[in-house]
Parts: sequence; structure tokens; C-alpha cells
Amino acid sequence: MDCACGNSEQNKEEYLAPLREVLKNYDGKQKDLIPVLQDTQEEYGYLPAEILAEIAAGLDLPFSRVYGVVTFYSQFHLEPRGENIIRICMGTACHVRGGSKILEKFKDELGIEADETTEDLKFTMESVACIGACGLAPVIMVNDNTHGRLVPDDVPEIIAQYE
Amino acid sequence: METITLKINDQEVEVEAGATVLDAAEKLGFDIPTLCHHPDLEEHGSCRVCLVEDAQSGSLMASCITPASEGMEIELDTELVEDARKMNIELLLSEHPNDCMTCDADGNCELQSLAYQYGISNPAFGTMEKAQFAIKDKNPFIQFNPNKCILCGKCVRVDNHIQCSDAIDFANRGSESVIATPLEEGLGGEHSNCVFCGQCVEACPTGALSYKPAQGKGRVHEFEKVETTCPYCGVGCQLELRVKDNQIVQVGSIYDKDHPNPLGEACVKGRFAYDFVDHPDRLSKPLVKKDGELQEATWDEALDYVAEKFSEIKDEDGGAALAGLASAKCTNEENYLFQKFMRGVLGTNHVDHCARL
Amino acid sequence: MKDSTYRSQVLVCGGTGCVSSGCQEVMDALENELSSNGLADEIKVVQTGCHGFCEKGPLVIVYPKGVFYCQVEPEDVEELVAEHLQNDNIVDRLLYKDPVTEESISNYEEIDFYQKQQRIALANCGHIDPHEIEDYKEQDGYQALKKTLTELEPEEVIDEVKDSGLRGRGGGGFPTGMKWQFARDAQSDKKYVICNADEGDPGAFMDRSLLESDPHRIIEGMVINAYAIGADEGYVYVRAEYPLAIERLQRALDQANEAGVLGENIFDTDFSFELHIKAGAGAFVCGEETALMASIEGERGMPRSRPPFPAQKGLWGEPSNINNVETFANIPDIILKGAEEFSSVGTENSKGTKVFALTGKINNTGLVEVPMGISMKEIIYDIGGGIGDDKEFKAVQIGGPSGGCLPEDKLDLPIDYDSLIEAGAMMGSGGLVVMDEDTCMVDVARFFLNFTQSESCGKCTPCRIGTKRMLQILERITEGEGKEGDIKLLRRLAKNIKSSSLCGLGQTAPNPVLSTLRYFEDEYKAHIYDEECPAGACQALLGAYVIDEEDCVGCTSCVDVCPVDAIEGEKKEVHTIDPEACIVCGSCVDECPTDAIFQE
Repeated sequence: MDCACGNSEQNKEEYLAPLREVLKNYDGKQKDLIPVLQDTQEEYGYLPAEILAEIAAGLDLPFSRVYGVVTFYSQFHLEPRGENIIRICMGTACHVRGGSKILEKFKDELGIEADETTEDLKFTMESVACIGACGLAPVIMVNDNTHGRLVPDDVPEIIAQYE
Repeated sequence: METITLKINDQEVEVEAGATVLDAAEKLGFDIPTLCHHPDLEEHGSCRVCLVEDAQSGSLMASCITPASEGMEIELDTELVEDARKMNIELLLSEHPNDCMTCDADGNCELQSLAYQYGISNPAFGTMEKAQFAIKDKNPFIQFNPNKCILCGKCVRVDNHIQCSDAIDFANRGSESVIATPLEEGLGGEHSNCVFCGQCVEACPTGALSYKPAQGKGRVHEFEKVETTCPYCGVGCQLELRVKDNQIVQVGSIYDKDHPNPLGEACVKGRFAYDFVDHPDRLSKPLVKKDGELQEATWDEALDYVAEKFSEIKDEDGGAALAGLASAKCTNEENYLFQKFMRGVLGTNHVDHCARL
Repeated sequence: MKDSTYRSQVLVCGGTGCVSSGCQEVMDALENELSSNGLADEIKVVQTGCHGFCEKGPLVIVYPKGVFYCQVEPEDVEELVAEHLQNDNIVDRLLYKDPVTEESISNYEEIDFYQKQQRIALANCGHIDPHEIEDYKEQDGYQALKKTLTELEPEEVIDEVKDSGLRGRGGGGFPTGMKWQFARDAQSDKKYVICNADEGDPGAFMDRSLLESDPHRIIEGMVINAYAIGADEGYVYVRAEYPLAIERLQRALDQANEAGVLGENIFDTDFSFELHIKAGAGAFVCGEETALMASIEGERGMPRSRPPFPAQKGLWGEPSNINNVETFANIPDIILKGAEEFSSVGTENSKGTKVFALTGKINNTGLVEVPMGISMKEIIYDIGGGIGDDKEFKAVQIGGPSGGCLPEDKLDLPIDYDSLIEAGAMMGSGGLVVMDEDTCMVDVARFFLNFTQSESCGKCTPCRIGTKRMLQILERITEGEGKEGDIKLLRRLAKNIKSSSLCGLGQTAPNPVLSTLRYFEDEYKAHIYDEECPAGACQALLGAYVIDEEDCVGCTSCVDVCPVDAIEGEKKEVHTIDPEACIVCGSCVDECPTDAIFQE
């Protein structure tokens, strides 16, 4: 596999530097795996294959186990993600208050399906289980901001705020 | 040792503390179906076909993973048990292709046996019609077909805990779950730790893992099984040759605590490097070069010839002109004899062994 | 909330609901307005946690009078400051209006939404600043811990909890005192206390609110627990989707360590307890206690078979006690005020109060805490203000994906653990989602199965495959492809998934199907045999859309919005829909300004 950083040893070290910093904060045991993955994803935006291999080595864990953990939790992503993450709540309260219409509107506006990223890497859209803001149903989150009590017509304006 | 007394189908049984309900039932001679249970492996409790009923609470429990406890009363044949077992087999069948006719594991498949045992000729949810997963292995030895996998995890446990290769693990979640190598590159992929010991294939209860060289070459009822010692090194692993028409089709494991490989271990050579046995180029008689051509000879002719030549060299240049290299394929005793022969008979200290190279 | 150095305090609700309704802008506007009027030294603005009445946010309460303003916009701030804070006149237009009498109510305790509530776990929520340990201490915070460590033996603590009759608030309802006893009885040098804050039930957000509004209460409950069972280390496992809860809890942990109520030698005794936060990574199944522990250990969150129970072999194989957030929130009160006072509230077998998240097709959505034994009717109609938009009540879904749907004739049921199970639902974590006549019960069952199916860890056969098969059948039925025998097959699947799954997720996954079959079987039959969706919710079963000639004004809005160009019509002329081309998506209905489009 070609390394995303280019091929030279120096580039590779530069590329891995943020990961090395993350690993310094932990004891290097299996219990640290999930927090290390979380911090690393925070640094890189996603979890590239070569980074996972380094994490496995850094925590002295088999790569197969690291891969198993990464793919179990929906928070972790193996592919690059959009600059803005739109999470559309599909919880019960949102469902009965028309959450799926909001999802449809986002699909139309962005031209992508749930769990996809726009080509310009501006937006990644996810349909998620309850985000715990049921009083505002139907509700979505864009990055850390909550937008509630939506109707489909609100969607273009929300997208425009983040473009 | 502390013991526990419990009742199974109204029969009392005493087992050691720590034993499972399954152990207790087996002690009484009951046959409980299992898929994910393996006596040498840590229990997983995932297939849910070894269910039994706790008569006191009326609830079901997986017998393989439930510790026996004092005063337990277990029922094995209630309607609740039968229907739950049957449904779980039907559910597994609904995620499994119905291709026993052409499957290498036909006759050696625990899922097939259970479907037969429970008379499931028409599974409630049908069988898998379209393959859900692609087959990705690019190696010459082992094929993994995730569509036939029932996720019992035996392969993972054998790989992680017996072979200690850590080549595979569970990946993804829910109905997307799959046994995978890192990045799902397949056995033999760039990041794969697989050493092709074949232990996972032996543990697999279905045809999900199979030996590639054996594909299409015969199925279990056609095999003659021959126990043998692996010819490759001095460990002396015991292997089961599965032979059809006097040809080795595959090399299987034998599980016996008195063997040097009690958990059926083998290495890639013992498991897969047997094609020399029937190879047309294999020497089956000694050859002696006469008039520039190698010609068949008897053992007596050949050995006499070698002895004569050795003697000539020793007489002309002394024993030190000779050197010997022993083979790891020989036993310790044979290697001992070899060096004794080199030193005592030929008079040389130049003896070495291929295992040092 | 009293602070004598200020003549008045303005509390702004900073719960997630109000944050999204724009409370930060209101806060900023208030602070600006106060400084520009030179009032910043006299009047303090405090951002609190969730006040519960999310429907009416952003909420602002002005002390000392405790005047409750709702739906306050930044534009209202100038008037609020000038009138109320400078001239002491209550701003009537921002007060809550009784929906029946339309009278203004200034004291929130007189509002129906709050009147029938009894707050123990939520007592401080919305009233104190969750960022300040001193605010918590002013409300007798950490007094229960002090009493525990200086006056009580561990066994006495456990006895008090047993006597209180407290049962686990996370769903199962196991007696908390007994659970503690098991963990105490286990022999080991190392034990753990774990708080399960992996709140994942769709429709429940009480744990989030508690952590965001009163984090010290949870910490106090956990330290008391640790002393009782002899643990010296603990974890709070919080969903990663709750960043604000994690942030506030972390701050609270730091303050508690600093203040000597956590960490080494708490209250200068020999007792020490170290507490960590673990953020989840997006797996609902980690709310199951054994999966949660696997996740803390850095593994895939796959449940482990019980027995052994966590009290014997838990985190890293050591005895561990794990309770839910709300359970811990009740502990300080039980210790401080005594088991008797706690158990005087509630029913025979369910003591104390329960927090419910009231959502769905109801007028007053929000978080409520009510005594056990209250009827569902009181919650929905007296507190929740009934169903909106003049619709008919149909069902209330209680207990999330593990729970069930109860019909109108069960509304008088006194709510407790046992009555709910008998009725085919369960307390779960306390989500109450109200559904009206427009909600299709088969679709609701499909919705929940879709959820559990995608959140199944995949370990055991019945949950991994069984829920998938159930979902397929339900999808078929809602798409008009239901078959004779489907109901029977659903029941058989449900029975076996319940009885043979490895963990609670699978064992309860069929409940939404079973309860809807129990109370709304006719709706299933209508889908299967008559190819009709009585609620008019299942698109595939609805007839073609038709435009009413009388009402159509020829605006072409529907023509423009139709994704498949199935609508024809010129401006100012009546439009028509081609039933062959129409995909019944409903976009035109949403768009039509005169409601001229309907289904046959």
C-alpha cells in the first residue's frame, strides 16, 4: 500500500508525529485503545490504514484486534470525512415527528445518501440513533451545534450556514 | 475438589466445581448439539443451539457456558428447548447458501448434520440466495468464504489462543459481522499475520474455511484416514492424512493429549507441503550414474557404491576430507547415529545439521 | 439558589434543548444589557442545567421572586432588564400561559407541567450552576458522603439502600441494595464502581440532563457506593454523543478532587477513591453492563455470558458494581434523609420517583420526575398537556427499544416496574413517546426493530439473524407485501429471540413487536389482508394523490417540487397528477399552500 504521506522516511515521520504525541499520553495498554483511536481520529479526521498499523504497534496489539475494535464502533471512520458532519436524528421522537422527511430533504440538497460524503469534502451526512434532544424533535446536529424543531424548508438555510 | 450435584432430565449427577451444564450432561451420556463449543477453547456461548431449560425458572440457558450449580434442575427435551434450538438452526440456514451438493464440507458440516437431525427440510426463512460477501483470499492454501460462516468464532479462538498468530478477529457489527484479517485484506494480505497452519480450517464447523489444494478432490466419506508422523522435523507431530485413491487430498489434525501436538497443531509444511509424496519426479529407487547417465539401481548396489567411494576418499585424503549434513526430517536418534557414523566410522568432525542453517 | 452579594439572580437554562433554542444568545444579550446599564455588580446571570420544560425554551428564571419566563428571545432582553430588573414589573407577555384558562402564571411551581412532579434526582437541575461545586454544596451537597464516611459502617450504608427499596433506574429494575451487597460480599483486594451513562434508548435523555445539570450528585452517589462495597476505583462510561455532559462531568471531577470529596483521603478519612471518565464510541449495546465493561477494557463491546455476574467477575475480572446515572442520583438523598422518607413515595414494590422523558406528539415535551404509581394519564394529560393538533391519542411507547406500546385503555395503570412488565412494556430508562392517530403501529414496530437490528453486536444467532428476519417481515408488511402466516411467524421469532438471546438487548428486542401485536393486531391484519394502513402512514399502502379542483389555485408549487414530474398544469389552472408516474412521496402535499392535495 502506498503511504498517504508520500514515500520518504522523513515525510512518514512528519505524518506520524501527531500520532506519536497522542500515544505519549497513554500507558500503551489495551485499555487505552479506544481513547487513542478517538484522539487520533481527532487529529487526522479519520483513521487511515497506516495509522492503524502504527497504533497496533504502539499499543503492542495485533492489527486484527485493532481493526475489529475500529469497525465495531460507529464513531470510527476508515475513510476521509467531510469538513462538517451532519447527524440527522432517527430516534423515536424524531421519527414520529417527521425526521425522515428532514433526512430526505438533506439527501436532495446535498445529493448524497446517508453515511456518504459530498465530493468537495464539505459535508458528511449520517443518520444516527437518538441524540437525546427529543424535546426539539425533529432535530439534527451539525458538528456540535443542535438544530431543532425543523421542517424540510429549514434545510437549505442550515446547509448555507456551513458552506 | 469441591463437587456439585445437579439433576438433568431427573437424573442426578455429580461434577467438579467449575464444570458446565454441558459437561454434566455429557457425563450422563446426553448428546447436546453444539456449534461454537470446542473442548480445547475458551467458551463463547454465541450459537445458542446447546440451549437447555432451567426447570426452576423456566428460562433457557446455553449449557456450554453456564456453570453447573448446586441443586440445579435441567430439562433437555422440552418444547421450549426444541423450538428454540430449531429456530436458531433455521436462522443460521437463512444466512447460509444451500449448496451442500457441491460443497467440499458435505458430510463434514455440523450445520448440515443439525439441519438433518432436526428434520429441517424446509427452513422457515429459506436459505441465502445471493452472496453477501466477496471472497478475498489471494493465497494458495486457505480459502475463507464468509457467506458460509456462522460466526461461531472457533477459528478466531484457535488462531488467537492456540496458534497465537492473531491473524484474524471479529470485525464490523451486527448482521455485517465478519471474521476478518486487518483491513479485510484476506489471509495472505499485506498486513496478515497468517502462517497457514490450517488450524482454523480444522476448527471450522462448516465449509467456510477450506483447504484450497483439496477443493473438488473428494469429501469426507470418500477418504481413507491414515495417522502418520509428520516427516518434516524432529517434533514428530501426529497428522491425519485424508487419502482418496491412494493420493493425499488433505492433511488434518488429531486431538490427543499424549501427542507432541495435543491440540492438533501443525505448521504450513506439515499441513500443505505433501505434494512431493505423489510427485512424478520423486525418487522411489536409488539412481547411480553409469556412463554419464543416472540409472536405476538396487539399494545394495547403491550403498556399496557409496561405501566404496567414501573409503577411497578417506584412504587418499583422510577422514577430514569428508563432511556430513544431517536433516531435520530425521528423528533425534537418527541424527545421533549419523554423527556417530561420521565421527566413529569416517573419522571426521565435520558434521552439521540443517536446522542450524 | 441564593447568593447574598447580588440583589437578584437570573437563571438561564443551558440544557441541550435550550442551547438549541438559542439560550446562549439570550445569555449574551443579558450580560451586555446588564453591563450597559451598570447592573453587572448587582445582578448575576447563571447558566444552569436543564430545567426540563424543553418545549418552552429558552427558559429564564428571575430570583428572588422566582419568576418563570419562557421562549425568551434576545430581542426580549432589553424589556426584561428595564421592566423586571430595574422597575420590578413582571413582563407579562413572556410568562407561561395556561393552555386552558390562558391566564399568565409567574411562579413555575404553579404550572401544570411542574405541579405534579416530585423532584429528588432532578432536584437541583435548572436551579444550580453545574460548573460550581459550591452551588452544589449549598444544596447540602456532599453532606451524605460526609455522613457516610464519618458516621456509617459500609453495611449500614447498604442496609439503608436496601431499606429504601430503590431499584435500578436503567431498565432492569434490580434492587440496588442487593446488588451492592453482592459486590460487598465478593472477596477481592480490588473492586470497581461503574456508572452506566451510555444512555442510548431513543427517546430518553434524563442521564444526559443529570450529568449536564448536577454532575456532583452522581459523583457523590458513586463515592458512597465505593465506600459501601470497598472499591477504590471507578469509571463513568458516557456516550460520546454527549460532549457537553463529558465536559461538565470532567470539570466536576476536577473540582471534587480539589475539594477533597474525591481522590485520596476523602473528608480526611482513610477512604480513597479514584474516578475516571470513559467516553463511549458509538455502540448502543455498550449500555449492556458486560458489553460496557468489555468496552472500558478496550475490546469490542460484545456482551459476556452471565453468570458470573459483574459483582463476582466484572471489570478486568474483579468484582464490580454497575448502576445507572439516575440510580446514583437518588443515593445522596436516601443517605441524608433516610430510607423511610424515600420509601414513603411510590408503590409497594417500586419506591421513590422516576424521571421520564416526555416526547412525541404531545404538547409539553420535556423531562419530568414523578412519584412511582402515578398513572400514565396524569403524565400525558396533566403534565404533558395532552395531544397536540386536535389529534386522537393512540398509544404511548414506554421503555425504548426494549419496551412496548400501551393503548388508551392502559392509561390508568399506575406506573411501576411490575405493572409495566405485566402490560407488555417495561420501565426501561424512561422514555415516553406519545403517538397519535397518524402513527402506524406496524411502522413503529418496524422502526424499533430497525434500531435493534442495526445495534445488535452480532455475537449470538437469535439477535444477529433473528432481528434481521423480523425486520424483513415487518418491512414487507409495511410495504403491502405481507403474507398469510406472517403474524404467526413474528410471534414464533419473538418468543425464541426473547428466550434464547445472550444478553438483554436481544432478550427484549421483540417487545415492541409483541406489544403492538397484543394491542394493535388489527392494524397488522389491515396491512396484510386489506392492504391498508389505517393510520395513513405507510406510503406504499396509500392510494394515489389527487388534486382537489375546488381548492387548487394553480400556483405550480407542486409541479416544481415533484421529483418525478408526475404533475402537470399551467399557471392559474387546475393541476393534475399522473397516478402512474406518482411515487407517493408526499412532497407536493407539503408544498401545497391550500391543502388541495389528498390521498384517495
